Amino acid sequence: MPQITKASIGRFVARQGILIAFVLFMVGFTFANQRFLAPENVMGVIRSSAILGVMALGVTFVVISGNLDLSVGSMMSFSTIVVLDLHDKLGPTLAIPAMFAMTLCLGAIIGFLVGYLKLNSLIVTLGMLSAIHGLTLTYSGGKNMDIVDKEGTWFSVFGQGDALGVPVPILMFLGLAALLGIVLAKTPFGRKIYAVGGNGVAATFSGIRRPRVILSCYLISAFCVATAGLLQASRSLGSQNTVGQGLELEVLAAVILGGASLLGGSGTIFKTVIGVLILGFIQNGLLLVGLQFYAQYVVTWVIIILAVWLDIAAKRGKLLSPIA
Amino acid sequence: MTRQTQSAETANSKPVLRLEGIVKTFPGVRALDGVSFDVVPGEVHALMGENGAGKSTLMKVLGGIYQPDEGRILVGEQAVVMTSPLQAKSKGIVFIHQELSLANELTVAENVYLGELPRKSFGRVDWQKLYAQTNEILAKLKVGFNAKTRVGDLSIANQQMVEIARALTVDAKAVIFDEPTASLTDAEKVVLFDVIADLQAQGVGIIYISHRMEEIFKITDRISVLRDGQYRGTLVTDQTNEDEVTQLMIGRKLDLSRNASHHELGKVAIEVRGLSCGGLFQDVSFEVREGEVLGFYGLVGAGRTEIAETLFGLREPTAGQILVRGEEVHIHSPSDAIARGISLVPEDRKEQGLVLTMSCRDNMTLPQVEDLKAGPFVAEGAEIAIFDKYRDSLDIRTPGWRQLVGNLSGGNQQKIVIGKWLSMHPSVLIVDEPTRGIDVGSKAVIHELIRDLAAQGYAVIVISSEMPEVLHVSDRIAAMYSGKLMRTFSSEEVSEDGLIQAISGLSSDKVAA
Repeated sequence: MPQITKASIGRFVARQGILIAFVLFMVGFTFANQRFLAPENVMGVIRSSAILGVMALGVTFVVISGNLDLSVGSMMSFSTIVVLDLHDKLGPTLAIPAMFAMTLCLGAIIGFLVGYLKLNSLIVTLGMLSAIHGLTLTYSGGKNMDIVDKEGTWFSVFGQGDALGVPVPILMFLGLAALLGIVLAKTPFGRKIYAVGGNGVAATFSGIRRPRVILSCYLISAFCVATAGLLQASRSLGSQNTVGQGLELEVLAAVILGGASLLGGSGTIFKTVIGVLILGFIQNGLLLVGLQFYAQYVVTWVIIILAVWLDIAAKRGKLLSPIA
Repeated sequence: MTRQTQSAETANSKPVLRLEGIVKTFPGVRALDGVSFDVVPGEVHALMGENGAGKSTLMKVLGGIYQPDEGRILVGEQAVVMTSPLQAKSKGIVFIHQELSLANELTVAENVYLGELPRKSFGRVDWQKLYAQTNEILAKLKVGFNAKTRVGDLSIANQQMVEIARALTVDAKAVIFDEPTASLTDAEKVVLFDVIADLQAQGVGIIYISHRMEEIFKITDRISVLRDGQYRGTLVTDQTNEDEVTQLMIGRKLDLSRNASHHELGKVAIEVRGLSCGGLFQDVSFEVREGEVLGFYGLVGAGRTEIAETLFGLREPTAGQILVRGEEVHIHSPSDAIARGISLVPEDRKEQGLVLTMSCRDNMTLPQVEDLKAGPFVAEGAEIAIFDKYRDSLDIRTPGWRQLVGNLSGGNQQKIVIGKWLSMHPSVLIVDEPTRGIDVGSKAVIHELIRDLAAQGYAVIVISSEMPEVLHVSDRIAAMYSGKLMRTFSSEEVSEDGLIQAISGLSSDKVAA
């Protein structure tokens, strides 16, 4: 019989902490509110997590390559506003590709600065967070954006439609997750991302063009953000120009919750999807037990801290250590 | 075959530190199995053993990080129980670690007294006293910097002196050096050895852990050997030789004799003409034939690694030509070099050679992952086939291809890197410091492997700072000094004296390759 000691409990909590916390939360919520596990509520949580989830898929690529992307929130606002504006000017068929192209340009700028000029990704994307926010406000003239003819457009299909009885946002989230999951796990490109994030110098010494890999990761992140912007715009057919504000932290929380290390080189798309769902259920549960919506910001931060702490604790095998 | 030899001289003085029958077991492993030895005042006592022999565990027991299951530690006459490195220090047992742990932004004095700065009233630091005390210690070490110097501005060797100064703030009875010369130049080693001699003269007992035989025989009085956690005996340095020590360490005899090729050499695989790279190296010319090993020997900073990095596309040459199989090539990146058939097994295995978070297989196939495709996906079957092939031919010991490379021993890690490049079938294989940080047993295997590769027709360039190694594996030896190729020795011409003269810049008769 294995001995149960204080140290072994500590190790277990360190390794499985996120899951333990999640199970405790779920049990607590279920007792507190019967509706928590009702099918409508579960479907609702997944549906409302879809936009955040799509963004988290892209950020997973960036984090595995050893970098950060804090610009995704304000980039999502940009995509949403642009596609809504162009919808009335060009029609949806042209507006969507035009919006994707513009968003990818932003991703390319970040990828160039981080990959080729080797600037610190925290600084670059924090700066881009602010710069893109300014860009969005300039573009919209500070006003909110609305589609004029809300009834007569097929554009609403992405955010509001159903296919085979499943909401389109969920299908797009899971479809994109499957596609990107395969890219990451099975292709040479995916392998190179892990190598660059795990040890960039060794990757270079193996002939991998590190700048190109990093640029590609930011392009994938921008593509995901554009998709999220499309879903957001299509769902509401109108938007404030700060719609994505603060999402960057939630996205990062989901990715870290899934177990991707901020040091790079580890994480999977599947785990990120789990992280997104955990975050979604916790936020939903807190609402159901009657916590104010705004308390979520605090909770998200607590979850990030907990996840980062447990990530480090799992590496050193105990919760507290005198050395890092 | 435990042997114990003690000279009359050392038997007379009372030991400053004595270990008696230390046993330490971990689940499934008997890491230390009855280790006993002692250190007398004024003695340099070498502790040797292959990686995994138990040296680190023993040091952790001494430093109080592990508690021994059996046996005792005596400081002077008194049995002690160590609970932490700080407590060991208060008993006069001080460690100089291989990896320096200094605060670069602070001054020398602040580092020396880190955590125990002299205080005045209200907790203010007594700077005057701090600097005075530090300078007093520095004077003993005869170093060329003072207490107010910022540690980050010092060379690695001088930073090590700061560590030593830290040790001298207490009344040290025994000082333990762990691979102290790993990153020092020859000149810096001389200074370190002087300091050790001074400590010796003051009656301090010294434990000196090192893999380097030359140093061991130069400065130590006795040598204790561990193998597989067991104490294998203590030899008096004057009365033994390298062969005997090696045998004790690995339990068999090691052949380190010269080893020139007997097979026919093929075509010229790579030729370098007048290659220069800024101030790093100038006008270097040489050629390597298929089936030949060209050794590059010289001091750290002589430009050897920089030549390798230039050939591998990590640096841009400022002048000169590189010809692979008679054809001039222009190399701007490692992927260019790889495409031209040039491979580099880099100097720093963990930083440059491997992605420690990836599996053995994924590391081995990394440079060709783009070519191993089945449709859009990585052909995992082909990858496993490559891994299996080189695991067998290089005798890589790993539970399987899924094993993370970070969990392998140094020798096996190095074989993964070598396998990675062999699987690319290179025209030229450059190996930079192939056995750095690898234990003696695995070293011999790597040397044999390099000779084998030459016999199979590979053109190999070996860069090494260890003369026995470069003599053992090379057909010809290029001696570098301060960015210049001084002379290329054929296997008939080469002598230890000639090599030393050439790498010290003494030989002027430069012979083109």
